[in-house]
Amino acid sequence: MKVRSILMASAMAVGAVGFANGASAADNKEVQMLHWWTSGGEAAALNVLKQDLAKEGYTWKDVPIAGGGGEGAMTALKAMVAAGNPPTASQILGYYAVDYAEAGKLGDITALATKEDWAKVVPTALQKFTTTNGKWDAVPVNIHSVNWVWLNKSVMDKIGGTEPKTFDDFLALLAKAKAAGVIPLALGGQPWQEATMFDSVVMSTGGPDFYKKAFVDLDESALKSDTMKKSFDNLAKLREFVDPNYAGRDWNLATAMVIKGDALVQVMGDWAKGEFKAANKEAGKDFLCYRFPGTDGSVIYNTDMFAMFDVSADRKGAQLALADATMSPSFQSAFNVVKGSVPARMDVPDTAFDMCGKKGIADVKAANADGKFVGSMAQNYAQPPAIAGAYHDVVTKFFHGEIKSSDAAVTELDKAINAAK
Amino acid sequence: MSLSPASMLEREIYGRRSGKRGPEGLIMTISVAPFAVAEPRNGTIRDKLQHYLPRLVLAPSFLLVLVFVYGFNLWTLFLSFTNSKAFASSTLVGLANYQKLWTWTFETDPPSSWYTALVNMGIFGGLYVSICLVLGLTLAILLDQKIRGEGILRPIYLYPLALSFIVTGTAWKLFLDPRIGLEKAVHDWGWTSFHFDWVVNPRMMIYCVAIAAIWQTSGFVMAMFLAGLRGVDGEILKAAQIDGASAFATYWRIVIPIMRPVFLSALIILTHMAIKSYDLVLSVTGKNPGGAAELPSTFMYSYTFTRNQMAVGSTSAVIMLMTIAAIMVPYLYSELREKNR
Repeated sequence: MKVRSILMASAMAVGAVGFANGASAADNKEVQMLHWWTSGGEAAALNVLKQDLAKEGYTWKDVPIAGGGGEGAMTALKAMVAAGNPPTASQILGYYAVDYAEAGKLGDITALATKEDWAKVVPTALQKFTTTNGKWDAVPVNIHSVNWVWLNKSVMDKIGGTEPKTFDDFLALLAKAKAAGVIPLALGGQPWQEATMFDSVVMSTGGPDFYKKAFVDLDESALKSDTMKKSFDNLAKLREFVDPNYAGRDWNLATAMVIKGDALVQVMGDWAKGEFKAANKEAGKDFLCYRFPGTDGSVIYNTDMFAMFDVSADRKGAQLALADATMSPSFQSAFNVVKGSVPARMDVPDTAFDMCGKKGIADVKAANADGKFVGSMAQNYAQPPAIAGAYHDVVTKFFHGEIKSSDAAVTELDKAINAAK
Repeated sequence: MSLSPASMLEREIYGRRSGKRGPEGLIMTISVAPFAVAEPRNGTIRDKLQHYLPRLVLAPSFLLVLVFVYGFNLWTLFLSFTNSKAFASSTLVGLANYQKLWTWTFETDPPSSWYTALVNMGIFGGLYVSICLVLGLTLAILLDQKIRGEGILRPIYLYPLALSFIVTGTAWKLFLDPRIGLEKAVHDWGWTSFHFDWVVNPRMMIYCVAIAAIWQTSGFVMAMFLAGLRGVDGEILKAAQIDGASAFATYWRIVIPIMRPVFLSALIILTHMAIKSYDLVLSVTGKNPGGAAELPSTFMYSYTFTRNQMAVGSTSAVIMLMTIAAIMVPYLYSELREKNR
């Protein structure tokens, strides 16, 4: 009796599922989205998009995976795509988008892109990741840039510091803080953080043309040049200003040191601003944001994108709706005000942004016009993950003294990059 | 109702108090029992069922293991000969990936990530396995002295195993952090020259990983040995006592040799835990600063999934497997052959 009733129940359940599938097969109104924006502020920012889509009658289904950097999510995505069951779209970073495009896993939203003229409003260098052979297959959500420094204003006032314009100014400011007994530089000693800081140091030491030649073109003479050597020497100078316990520290803990006034400054991408906001700090009043000294006018970017996968015809409608909603100026503004980044469209008004956001928006426009808008090496926007990983290895080994001199560092960098090619 | 390994062991220990079975029962009963079914003598359905049921019940897990362990081992082996990057590819490149890792094995200045991974594996694996064995055996012998409160002490030692490695790792990272943990506490007590910064010193980090891992697992090893000790025949011990053997000699000459099978299972469990430990390393060291906290497992993961060099990752996995096999197979062979004699 009992067994039979269980069998009946499960048969009915299977039938019901089958029926539900049959009903939705005609026109699938569900947007399946893989992302790792699960923390408070980010989740709230994404809610704006969900509501926009709900107005058009689309339902939203998260495929969320916790974890800030999205490593777990990338692995999950790979499994879904390899199994032939991709989500409608997925948050994606840098060259991972190129990998999926080259493997022929991404769809085509060029018609919409042409209609809305995205090519005009999205910075040119960024389109490398959103298009493949002129075909749009991803939409950018935001532009982060990594060449920022974040300072605690009251500490700055206490030591009587002013905005550093050059790398030497920066060293002088750090020395001043050290003399005043504050930790000058809050750093998390993890490979990606050190490499992210080194992006800015190279830009500051060699300028945008050198940066492009070395990291975008992987020009061997630039990689082994004296300028690169000097960049490593400059990085070593910054090592003098970290506290002894920096190794292995998470980036947000380093930001917290600046927020609390234990440390003067952190070199970090603009996602750090989210931490200041979460602690109810105000730009200009409680904290200051400058471009990394010597890199004003240039933007080393990374961006969050939604990759549009090659889905079945019945899901295409939902995909286009998602792409359209993501690129709408109102969403781009609302999302980025919360996220700390700047809109990926250059025609979005900056009225809702704080002073750091306003500067960010202006910088992106200017840098794009001058050809000083370049991808971050550390964040996978200048080179594929294999080479970026080799770069992380060399920078962190140099910073922690495993590679002992800048001479050895440039040799190792060249060697590691060649091995990873 | 499901039982955790820890509570199953508890039952094992309780059960052994009165039992007379030898300690080797701990592993042997599990694997031997299903095959110890008599051939059917006559054709009744009941007998047939009795004959085929064990095979029928074992079949799904056998198939699963065949596909998901051995099948994927072969798949990984195949990938290691290809040029797979983000996705698996079937373009063969011969031994190129093995050559790459072979070169990296001897790059010591500056140390390549693979070299660091191998050295760390040696340090971590050696310390972890040997200290866990020694500590586990010592605790088990001490607990076996019919002391009062054993029922309270045993779970205290055993339950760190109930924590996940992430929790253990994070807790130890905070505890050892000089700014907020042990060093600060000792300074606050007045010993200001005390200095312990291993957890933020890339060169010493791997020892902190070992400390955390030993803390987590030695209680489990203790429980295994305790189960073994409870299985030693009391008559033998009495005979030794009558012969005038000291307590030390009794343990060293009689009890420990009898427990050889327990050593074998403990060694196998510890070795594979050492080799597959991944989350613990990441949580204690904080994402591998200076590239100094690399282990073969983290190397494999980062090359396969983060750096999109799946072929290199697979190669490292194959080398790991071969290394384990090279150590374990002769050992298993000699241990098991001896028993069959």
